Amino acid sequence: MTDTTAKTAVTPAVPAAAPTPAPAPRRARVWRGLTPWLFLVVPLALLITFTYAPIANMVAYSFTDWDGVSPQLHYTGGHNYAELFTRSDLFEVFFVSGYYLAASAVQIVVALYFATILSFDVRFRTFFKGVLFFPYLINGVAIGFVFLYFFQDGGTLDSVLALFGYHSSHAWLGTPFSANVSLAGVSVWRYLGLNFVLFLGAIQSIPGELYEAAELDGANRRQQFRHIIAPGIRPVLTLTVILSVSGSLSAFEIPYIMTGGATGTETFVIQTVKLAFQFNKTGLASAAAVVLLLIILAVTWVQRRLVPDDKVDLV
Amino acid sequence: MSGPRPTRRIVARTLVYLSLAVATVVVLLPLGVVFLTSLKSSKEMADDSGALTLPGNLLNFHNYVTAFQDGRMLSAFGNTAFILVFAIGGTVVIGSMTAYAIDRFTFRFRKLVVALFLVAALVPGVTTQVATFQIVNSLGLFDTRWAPIVLYMGTDIVSIYIFLQFVRSIPVSLDESARLDGAGAFTIYWRIIFPLLKPAIATVVIVKGITVYNDFYIPFLYMPSQDLGVISTSLFRFRGPFGAHWETISAGAVLVILPTLVVFLFLQRFIYNGFTRGATR
Repeated sequence: MTDTTAKTAVTPAVPAAAPTPAPAPRRARVWRGLTPWLFLVVPLALLITFTYAPIANMVAYSFTDWDGVSPQLHYTGGHNYAELFTRSDLFEVFFVSGYYLAASAVQIVVALYFATILSFDVRFRTFFKGVLFFPYLINGVAIGFVFLYFFQDGGTLDSVLALFGYHSSHAWLGTPFSANVSLAGVSVWRYLGLNFVLFLGAIQSIPGELYEAAELDGANRRQQFRHIIAPGIRPVLTLTVILSVSGSLSAFEIPYIMTGGATGTETFVIQTVKLAFQFNKTGLASAAAVVLLLIILAVTWVQRRLVPDDKVDLV
Repeated sequence: MSGPRPTRRIVARTLVYLSLAVATVVVLLPLGVVFLTSLKSSKEMADDSGALTLPGNLLNFHNYVTAFQDGRMLSAFGNTAFILVFAIGGTVVIGSMTAYAIDRFTFRFRKLVVALFLVAALVPGVTTQVATFQIVNSLGLFDTRWAPIVLYMGTDIVSIYIFLQFVRSIPVSLDESARLDGAGAFTIYWRIIFPLLKPAIATVVIVKGITVYNDFYIPFLYMPSQDLGVISTSLFRFRGPFGAHWETISAGAVLVILPTLVVFLFLQRFIYNGFTRGATR
């Protein structure tokens, strides 16, 4: 659609740019200067329209009382931010992130364990790899339903517990604590596979001779892990930590689909979506989003300072 | 080798397999039970025999018919396919053009452009959605299939990184010899760079395809109309009409998961590589 304009526009440049040896005429020089921009015009337009313009607008909205529809909006200064930090019900959603944060710690450890054992010789390796990774590819709504049934009264979990002689009448999604633990557990189930595959890739990129040499020197598996694997996967590990922190702060799909944010499971993003699209508090929602964005950028910045990642130089 | 060593090794081996078996059960059990439930009749569901009992008739596909027809899954798959084709096509063209321009040209503000793409990668989409919504709305794209298409196309930084890595690995001498033969920048991009990017394109198509197929947030916010349901949002709507009919909801969930499973089984290796490359950039 849009990119065809760029294509047709570039074609005339072809005859002009070709004869380089002769002192380039003015027109050819102009064309050569323009060529990269013809390739970049559409990507940049999209980038600015859908990333930078929203950020700028969002910061602007956050200082107003706009409801998202009416033509009128009033500048209210830092009022939205003050409300955000003083109204405890708005602030509470950050505690919910704590459950997801704890869950990602568990997730990283378990993923690391399975990545380590499956990078050595194990029977049915491909099968286990597939089983561990597959949940990551499943549609979030389908996962939500699978686990709603899992935690139902008389659902999968209760039936399994009954097999072991434990008859529970516990409503798993009934109290804030157990609901949040259950939902965080679902997100471990869902996202473990990605961490696992990232770790596996990193471990397998460590040259095999290192293990052989270590084995000759009499190092056992634990020592091999500490001195070969752990340093080898450090960059991926820090990346995973970053992804986990920002993922925990922006948890949305699973809690929204499964509980709709009821019984104390409302996360930051659910709250923002509700503020903006149900209660028409665009100004307040924008302020909340700015706060979240700043937190995530701060976390990323800290990570970059702690582990300077030399791979991310584009230039 | 004498003494406790072999026994210790056997114990360790057993524990390893035990943990793998437990993990397999934890992953497969919830899915398996939902599959069993999807084959049960509503009478079987009502008799309170528990989630783990087998359905009476293993070939009872009645619920699938209900889910497919009443859940409007056909139009959902159609809408998803439409969005997939345009979003992926756009992402491939845009990502490869950007990578080509950034890697093969030196021009003013090049560093600024690179920085713009880099910084954008740090901004999580969910945070800016409130303001993005207003922009999509003012462009008149709200509640059309173009809203998710432009959003998927316009904000995919990861694919640009993937393309960039591949463009870098293509020797510049190829461009130069083509230029001596009289080829212009666009001909070089289209005839030389683009065909050589095939592995990168495969990666982007797979990673992007799975992301778009599974995305819930964007279609949920931008396409509220009944007719514009994609598979995520159509499945989500099962909550209302099918309320406690877990056999129908389960059938819907299985219908949505099945294509993913098939693709995964056929393309396993590429999918692992794709996600490793996508996430670590």
